[in-house]
Amino acid sequence: MGLVSWLIAVPFLTALLVVFTPAGKVERIRWISALGTGLHLVLTAVVTFQYGRLALADAESMKSARLMTLHLVERVPWFESMGIQYFVGLDGISLAMVILTSIIIFAGVMASWKVTERRKEFFALLLVLVTGVFGVFLSFDLFLFFMFYELAVLPMYLLIGIWGTGPKEYSAMKLTLMLLIGSAFILVGFLALYHASGLHTFDLARLAQVSYPTDFQRWVFPMLFIGFGVIGALYPFHTWSPDGHSSAPTAVSMLHAGVLMKLGGYGALRIAVYLLPEGAKIWGLFFMAVTTINILYGSFVAIMQKDLKYFTAYSSVSHCGFVLFGVAALNFAGMKGAVIQMFSHGIMTGLFFGLIGMVYGRTHTRIIPEMGGLARVMPWLASTFYIAGLASLGLPGLSGFVAESHVFLGGFFGNPWHSAGVMKALTVLATFSIVVTAVYVLRGLAKVFMGTIENPHFQDLSDATLSEKISTGLLVATLVFVGIMPWYLVDLIEPSILPLVNRLHALGPVLGQQ
Amino acid sequence: MQNADLSFILRNSWLVPALPLFSFAVVALFARRFSEKAAGVVATASVFGSAVAAGLVARDYFRIFPPGTDGQALVPWSIEWLRYQDRLSITVGVLVDPISVLLMVVVTTVSFLVHLYSTGYMRGERGYGRYFAFLNLFTFSMLGLVVASNILQMYMCWELVGLSSFLLIGFYYSRPAAVAASKKAFIVTRFADLGFFIGIILLGYHGFNLLDGQHPFDFITLSSPASLEKLAGATSGFLGVGLLPLAAVLVFMGAAGKSAMFPLHIWLPDAMEGPTPVSALIHAATMVVAGVYLVARMFGVFAAAGDALLLVAYVGAFTCFFAAVIACTQDDVKRVLAFSTLSQIGYMMFALGVSSAAHPMGYTASMFHLFTHAFFKALLFLGAGAVIHATHTSEIWKMGGLRRKMPLTHATFLVATLSIAGIWPFSGFFSKDEILLSALASGHHGVFAIGLLTAGLTAFYMFRLYFLVFSGFPRDEQAGHAHEAPLVMLIPLVALAILSVLAGWVPFSDFVRFGGGGGFHEEGHALVAALGTVAALLGIGFSWFLYAGKGTRAEALAARFGALHLVVKHKFYIDEIYLFITHKIIFRCIAAPVAWFDRNVVDGGVNLSGWCARVSSRGLTFLQTGQAQAYGAWLVGGSIIVLLVAWAARL
Repeated sequence: MGLVSWLIAVPFLTALLVVFTPAGKVERIRWISALGTGLHLVLTAVVTFQYGRLALADAESMKSARLMTLHLVERVPWFESMGIQYFVGLDGISLAMVILTSIIIFAGVMASWKVTERRKEFFALLLVLVTGVFGVFLSFDLFLFFMFYELAVLPMYLLIGIWGTGPKEYSAMKLTLMLLIGSAFILVGFLALYHASGLHTFDLARLAQVSYPTDFQRWVFPMLFIGFGVIGALYPFHTWSPDGHSSAPTAVSMLHAGVLMKLGGYGALRIAVYLLPEGAKIWGLFFMAVTTINILYGSFVAIMQKDLKYFTAYSSVSHCGFVLFGVAALNFAGMKGAVIQMFSHGIMTGLFFGLIGMVYGRTHTRIIPEMGGLARVMPWLASTFYIAGLASLGLPGLSGFVAESHVFLGGFFGNPWHSAGVMKALTVLATFSIVVTAVYVLRGLAKVFMGTIENPHFQDLSDATLSEKISTGLLVATLVFVGIMPWYLVDLIEPSILPLVNRLHALGPVLGQQ
Repeated sequence: MQNADLSFILRNSWLVPALPLFSFAVVALFARRFSEKAAGVVATASVFGSAVAAGLVARDYFRIFPPGTDGQALVPWSIEWLRYQDRLSITVGVLVDPISVLLMVVVTTVSFLVHLYSTGYMRGERGYGRYFAFLNLFTFSMLGLVVASNILQMYMCWELVGLSSFLLIGFYYSRPAAVAASKKAFIVTRFADLGFFIGIILLGYHGFNLLDGQHPFDFITLSSPASLEKLAGATSGFLGVGLLPLAAVLVFMGAAGKSAMFPLHIWLPDAMEGPTPVSALIHAATMVVAGVYLVARMFGVFAAAGDALLLVAYVGAFTCFFAAVIACTQDDVKRVLAFSTLSQIGYMMFALGVSSAAHPMGYTASMFHLFTHAFFKALLFLGAGAVIHATHTSEIWKMGGLRRKMPLTHATFLVATLSIAGIWPFSGFFSKDEILLSALASGHHGVFAIGLLTAGLTAFYMFRLYFLVFSGFPRDEQAGHAHEAPLVMLIPLVALAILSVLAGWVPFSDFVRFGGGGGFHEEGHALVAALGTVAALLGIGFSWFLYAGKGTRAEALAARFGALHLVVKHKFYIDEIYLFITHKIIFRCIAAPVAWFDRNVVDGGVNLSGWCARVSSRGLTFLQTGQAQAYGAWLVGGSIIVLLVAWAARL
């Protein structure tokens, strides 16, 4: 078993260990989960160094490559009659997503230290879910991809339905059904690719060598893009997210908003744009317009929210809009920005939801106007919350700026197929969100943390515990690290964007083609 | 010039911004472990080091380009920080040219004195370490902006300046007014920065397409005449406006936000909610002058953009007058000073606006005023801080007679007041004189007249403040018990008072000039100086007449102009207009309907589809009877229909 398979196996084995631990052994369950995810972080670091070494060697050849270069590949035939294989490996984009997921799940376990109800099942399901997520990011066989994708979506139903709050059954059902409708679109798209290629394979690398007829691309591209868009909170298919997130328990919201929503952007880029560049060319402007709505709409709705989780969920709708906006810009800066934004938003929103859980655990309310003055009693939580907020409004020095400035530049610089004026206008409209974001973030946070404490119960609340400090500290450190030294992340992602750019470049001169 | 030939300190000029940044990190991370004193000492020492480094940078720079020659821009240190793609990147570097040297010296000096003063002023306050960390961050951000070699580097530090002002204005976070003011400052300037950012992208886009092989975000590119010439021909594609005018106006929007030009000035008067030394920093050195500096830094673009400079001139002149009028009616010592800053920044702006590439005298005058203003405005705020510290109020009507209680504070405050009023031999006289002269010489007679009138008003409101605070007798018990400030607070006051006098005597035009353009005109000098002095003396005299006594004459006058006085006192109700726009229009007419639409239409659609599925499944349940006969009947009936259809189709 190679390193990449271990990346998928470690959380799964941890889940198994948790399952076979007696439910009464509270400490042991926690520690197994923490050690398993901690081990995964270490493993991810090892893989990152390994990849860095390998990728450096072929940096030059990747500049003009039109097919992605995978490393640490493992291929095992599975259902040979149908051309299905176990095909895993990684490139810069998947590795960035794996790093993100590994950080979030560790932080999520740390933030769930205090879960009391059915602890064992909770951690087991959480780890199964994350296994699916790693699988999606690492598999390059569409069938395997889809299988892992479903594995990532379905445990969500139980996690929200059982451990959630509020109208949890309704939210869980809505979320699952809407995401499944998305997967139906994806599945149809995959099968269409399977047949149209005539290669009798689900192998992404081989499917990419075929050029599909324009008419085929015209209808399959939007199908895949919308299918992935549902989980990426594409307007108007985003409404599962506010309800889902607000009902979900802390670690689940963290994982879901932090990582699962990224599957949308990842799939749209990796599969839809990669395999169907002409379709992307036809539909790019349309989706750019829709995602502009996403960006502005989400931020305006966020202004009016009273519940911290709804507030963050709509802010996610807005920020995930940047991901798909960058993808739809179809140039180097835009697509690179989309991946950076996936990473940055993942960490940031994971931090947000983690913190909301921690605050809620103390105040027992998430309603913004009911709080106030909490900075005095919980300075750590207040400062980290503010850092997350500042990252979300794109403050330089934190990761959000790196991502958003890429996306804006990408949108403004445009591509050869779409009206330059319209793309510029859409980008300018999208930039307005940075002001609106500042408005809702500062208003919301000021109401929660600033001022004086009105509610006498809040007077003797405590600040973060050690596990909470580890959880939030890790996420804050990541935000700052990427914000101050962006080149590590950018250098990781950049070469893997080039094949996409080069493929598009074959259709017209794309900016950033080297 | 090869970088290797430069002196050690020039090659390492990144130290100037880096020292406060380093100390910020140290103090922020370990503030809780530090004793109170240690945080203050570390923070202050780092800025002192930075000031020394800035001084050495200035010395070495002017050794290479001696005063009187043209100072070229050097970039002794830079790294590529973020690469969007080829030729589009953020380089972080240090650009050393006359104006950045000037600002480095001013910012570090004022900031050091403010740090020193704060160690006394903030003693015993909750969050002492946090305060010094933020103060360091503020200093770093401003220095980073000043030395920026790339426009996006400037933008980044620009935003960090916004952040640090937000943190410091909201320092007393349990006070609702402070929280509101900090939000307002951040959001208003952020809105303005949107224009700046779009302007940057616009310049980058066209620069990328038009300037082969150059980095369009670098200031070296943006200030080279050859590339400006190429850009000047381009249109922006927006309503047929030229590229440079549009970009210049957008960039000016950002500058106007930070420099609090009308109508984006509303955040500055409220910013006094922060601790008073912070106001000194914001008003004198680290924030509001950033806008002026931006216009000066991009003066090549503005000058090539034609009418964009006129906008700068008119906005500057209007703000200059408008703020001075409001300052005459305010009752809070810090508010009076805040409006005086607006007005003085207006001077600097219009001085830039009336210049051109061929006659850049106003450019020098503007930088000169920035230089002198930094010292006397910092002094005014720190003096006001000492007074507030002693009397526990900032209401000027509750003060009075502090001349005898706080003699040293009084003396330094008087120096600053004379300086801002433009009385010879204090520094404000010289710089204001140059500004008025440049307006007159460039043929902007209207602007000149406004400037002159405002000079009179400035003297009037500043002496109103002076008389009410220091002369006469205490009007309040607290004022009666006032006593002189501690030594660490007095040292900065005295230092700034000395600088406020000396700054005017610097042969400034030898140091700072735009391009090869000459320094100051000599003709008309005597006339302008005389007019300015007369205006100032008139203002002082009128103020003495109204306020030196018991102030009853002022009340009578205010009563005479009841409605007008009220409007001015409420700052022309501009805050209320903004409040109306944000709350009533943006929140209620955009955000609320969109939120409603989302819950009821979009989400309603989702629920509707769920409902449809349920209803249709219920509708179809009658098919699922479980009776074999019924299924058989359906089967036969269905088959017959299919056969009939097939048969019909054959026909």
